[in-house]
Amino acid sequence: MHKLQSLSVVGGAASEQAHLPEPLLRARDVSLQFRSKASTLRATHRVSFDVYQGDRFVLLGPSGCGKSSLLKALAGFISPTEGGIALQGRPVLGPGPDRVVVFQEFDQLPPWKTVKQNVMFPLLASGRLSRPEAAARALHWLQKVGLEGFADAFPHTLSGGMKQRVAIARALAMQPEVLLMDEPFAALDALTRRKMQEELQSLWEELRFTLVFVTHSIEEALVVGNRILLLSPHPGRVRAELNSHQFGLHSAGSAEFQGAAQRIHDMLFGVADAGPAVDQALRRRAAS
Amino acid sequence: MSAILEPPIRGEYERLPEPMNAVAMEPFPPLTRHILQQGWLRKAVLLSVLAALWEALGRWQNNDLLLPTFLQTARALASGLSSGELPGNVAISLGVLLQGYAAGIALAFALTSVAVSSRIGRDLLETLTSMFNPLPAIALLPLALLWFGLGRGSLVFVIIHSVLWPLALNTYAGFRGVPETLRMAGRNYGLGGLRLVLQVLVPAALPAILSGLKIGWAFAWRTLIAAELVFGATSGKGGLGWYIFQNRNELYTDKVFAGLAMVILIGLIVENLVFHTLERLTVQRWGMQR
Repeated sequence: MHKLQSLSVVGGAASEQAHLPEPLLRARDVSLQFRSKASTLRATHRVSFDVYQGDRFVLLGPSGCGKSSLLKALAGFISPTEGGIALQGRPVLGPGPDRVVVFQEFDQLPPWKTVKQNVMFPLLASGRLSRPEAAARALHWLQKVGLEGFADAFPHTLSGGMKQRVAIARALAMQPEVLLMDEPFAALDALTRRKMQEELQSLWEELRFTLVFVTHSIEEALVVGNRILLLSPHPGRVRAELNSHQFGLHSAGSAEFQGAAQRIHDMLFGVADAGPAVDQALRRRAAS
Repeated sequence: MSAILEPPIRGEYERLPEPMNAVAMEPFPPLTRHILQQGWLRKAVLLSVLAALWEALGRWQNNDLLLPTFLQTARALASGLSSGELPGNVAISLGVLLQGYAAGIALAFALTSVAVSSRIGRDLLETLTSMFNPLPAIALLPLALLWFGLGRGSLVFVIIHSVLWPLALNTYAGFRGVPETLRMAGRNYGLGGLRLVLQVLVPAALPAILSGLKIGWAFAWRTLIAAELVFGATSGKGGLGWYIFQNRNELYTDKVFAGLAMVILIGLIVENLVFHTLERLTVQRWGMQR
């Protein structure tokens, strides 16, 4: 069976792979802590990784591994208690329009703005474009995600998948250095999720933006990403960094794909002696 | 005898979807139901029933000094309106009211903006509202008279007091209820401070702010009329409360009722025209309120 190309242990990476270009986004020994009145919770512990231009970089792990917190730290919403994050060599100190986030929740779209106004919002708020320019660009991006017919609709009249499309159009219209997606399809039904993965793929084929994508689905990670950072829970620590550029949407059934999924599953939950991987079992049942 | 129930095995089938233009549309709802769906009509029916009851009670009592009938009140209202006496007093009252209301809104907005952006501001808002919100505005009137003298200044002061605290409380509760995701989205695009408040928090908290505005409006009216009644005893500045007070002294009970009806009418107009329109154009249109 073809195995995933195993990658070097993080930490030694930089010196071993001197031929690599400068990374776009660099996280070094990032520890995140949340302090409540009673106790301090460590969400991640000394996580390091590099994201290069054009990567579809996936943060994968079970719940409690701090992957969403890590994304929020990349976005600048929370600052690390240890280590640091740098975008193009400049340290990340706060949220900014060069790192646009697509959230999981549907309420990320202000309900008082129409679809078009929603896409225009960040362009105007960051002072990048004038109103007519922003309107033209908003329409262009709505067309890209197939929502040009809904430009004047209010978000509450849209389905969940359409709302996420608006959020993606809004993020891409900003042409950010990095697009950060926090389980953007997790609240969608399985059919819509599959469709959105396809659309994201074709948008990436066309535009080659840099993407950091958080998910808890092994299959989604393999399909969406070209590189996967595997995190172990409580607190989040790096378990592995894997390649998945060889998989696309249509390799889901292949033995190679299933082997990769099984390998990740074993790394997350320990080698399967308590039964086969859930993903696998489900797929087998669906296939039979 | 108990057997395991096995569902029967049925044949499969596949078909192409029917063309949809053949499906009949739902028929137009009948006229009676259409009429009953008009909210203003239902309310008008309710009001006329109440008026009829009042008229009947008034005639049965047969005492103009204690309870003038609906028709007498309507006549007094019409003559007051046509003579220009009532509109003049209403204009005086509304002028003071709007001044105090606007100042109260501005102060409430400033206070809540400070409260959402700093911890000390939050402490300030919480302490001040818990201190002053239970204090009836009219209880401050003697103090206001001492500070600002008889007249407009004192009235505006007590109206501000009656508007500021409930509106600040509602607005602050609305701000705190804004989804974290929406806040983060705003900050993501580089919004902060006052721009975040104006472009994200205020529209997102609009349902709460609107209900605060309504409560503030009602409180302002109550305070104004009550204060004018007190003023009426001390200085003849005019105003709707003064009109009511004066006519009570002269035992024109129908005019007292006309004055009260005027307060009610203005309340109805503002509620139905101003606030409903505002709600329809904003929170209902945005799907934030049904």
